[in-house]
Amino acid sequence: MNNLIALIAGCIFGGGLAFSGMTDTSKVIGFLDLAGTWQPGLAFVMGAGLLVATPSFYLLMKGGKPFLAEKFFAPENSAIDKPLLIGAALFGIGWGLYGYCPGPAISSLAYLNTDSFIFVGAMLVGMFAAKQFPIKN
Amino acid sequence: MDILFNQQILIASVIGGLLIGVAAVMMFAFLGHITGISGILFQGINKLNQSDNLWRLFFLAGLIIGPLIAHNVFNLAIPEASNKGPIIAIVAGLIVGYGTRVGSGCTSGHGICGISRLSMRSVTATLMFMATGFATVFIVNHIF
Repeated sequence: MNNLIALIAGCIFGGGLAFSGMTDTSKVIGFLDLAGTWQPGLAFVMGAGLLVATPSFYLLMKGGKPFLAEKFFAPENSAIDKPLLIGAALFGIGWGLYGYCPGPAISSLAYLNTDSFIFVGAMLVGMFAAKQFPIKN
Repeated sequence: MDILFNQQILIASVIGGLLIGVAAVMMFAFLGHITGISGILFQGINKLNQSDNLWRLFFLAGLIIGPLIAHNVFNLAIPEASNKGPIIAIVAGLIVGYGTRVGSGCTSGHGICGISRLSMRSVTATLMFMATGFATVFIVNHIF
């Protein structure tokens, strides 16, 4: 049952990415290009996502436990530390360079472009590099 | 400032964002997990042989199947492939992979789920990656 829910949620999430234009690197870079022809669309993607998620998360966390699990697995770390800041800064640089964040990069594999597979492969290498060479606080 | 925006883009953006929000809420309501895609991808492969990990692989499969359904059912145009080339794909992919792990999240985990949970840590991370994203595109598009 968990797996079926995850599959359906993945489909909805991926469909949302495709609908919103986030799987189109030119639209993402257009959003980040304030000094060029700015494409504000992605701000509305995030706004609409937050509009659904914020009240729902609030109500869910108030209500106790998830339908199919014993507890919520929300992160408890609240420290604004060096790894968070450096990691987020680096992520933004890579995002701006190519136009993919992790979700759209994976979803774009559906289009069968060679460079998307290269991007996702490199992203995995980067993730495992972070496991071997973490940034310590 | 030139702006490219119209009603069609607004509608597509809002529908896409609503779907993303619904998916994240579904994951939290049923499984209790945050939909952070960098984390799901890394743990999905890092813990490949653990049975309680299978949901991550199903979610990732959905992430690829979803766009196929959306493009076919709603007749959406397939986006053109990036013209940045494989070298930039490798460099950017490495940085995105490394940065999202070190920073504990990406656009979904920090940007959607974290901000929804009113986590200051996620708000800070989101402001940071937005800022360096804007700066990077400015440098690439307007300085070089």
